[in-house]
Amino acid sequence: MASTYEPIATYTAPSAQSSYTFSSIPSTFTDLVLVADYSLNVSNASLWCRLNGDTGSNYSFTRLSGNGSSASSGRGSSETQARITADATAQASSTRQIVTLHFQNYSNTSTYKTFLTRYNSTGGTEAFVDLWRSTSAINSIQIKYFDGTAAIETGSTFTLYGIKAA
Amino acid sequence: MATTFTKIADVTVGSGGAASIDFTSIPSTYTDLVLKISARDNRSGSNYTDDIRMRFNGDSGSNYSNKVLYGGGGSTGSFGGSGMDLMYGGYAVGTDATASTFGNSEIYIPNYAGSAYKSASVDGVAESNSSGGVYLALEAGLWSNTAAITTIALTPVNGSTFLEYSTATLYGVNNA
Repeated sequence: MASTYEPIATYTAPSAQSSYTFSSIPSTFTDLVLVADYSLNVSNASLWCRLNGDTGSNYSFTRLSGNGSSASSGRGSSETQARITADATAQASSTRQIVTLHFQNYSNTSTYKTFLTRYNSTGGTEAFVDLWRSTSAINSIQIKYFDGTAAIETGSTFTLYGIKAA
Repeated sequence: MATTFTKIADVTVGSGGAASIDFTSIPSTYTDLVLKISARDNRSGSNYTDDIRMRFNGDSGSNYSNKVLYGGGGSTGSFGGSGMDLMYGGYAVGTDATASTFGNSEIYIPNYAGSAYKSASVDGVAESNSSGGVYLALEAGLWSNTAAITTIALTPVNGSTFLEYSTATLYGVNNA
């Protein structure tokens, strides 16, 4: 029987990295789940992602945040990458952070791609809905600091899972 | 290839209720843990919802911290704490909530057997068609301990007993 939930790839940063890309993602699953357990070498920094190397203004997001004192919501549109963490939370450099991304129907070639993100750190908790305005099947996911000037620290882990509906 | 998502153990509360739901002897052979809870407890009164207390490895010391974002149907807010003796493990509904309703929670713990402090992502909901005490909450939890998680204990914070048909299932996730 085919496995429902399979690891596609996993990566542990052997040294500081500016980004990591899951590439050649097979189209044979129904949904994708990406789990990251990481830290950055700067404070109050966020991770973003790009799909299929698209650097156009084709991303938007809405987020809900709680920093332990107040709740807030925000959004961005026509962005050149998708924001997935730490929009309204603050954390020191080298703070451990975790994020999970859920891409449903990622290989559907008739729909734009919506994905859900849950982010947690000692600075707060957030939920994002991101949209990539492309009907292409997702075949690569790049995780990066906003402008590449900061680093994902050694030991950070990223795992991509595929989920099959049948 | 090893199975990626495996049930480790599950608990269903019987007619006598249960003061706690416990997972023990959790093997260290997985990468992450997923805990799914459906709960109702014996908290009574106009507060239709109860919090679930979650502790790891029997640690009742002041080694937990969190940040919580919540919505209550008419209000939203965020709170946080440090030096706490528990991590919130979502919600149970109480006895005054609509019959046959249960709170639902999902908890994701990455790298639970690693040597770093343990972070948890907790999503909890309690919807019972009641006039109050309904919630949706997201929590970032931290257990400041480098030991691998080998036990998880769940207890009601305000009530004393989980009621019949409450369930909790623990899954292990392998990344290879």
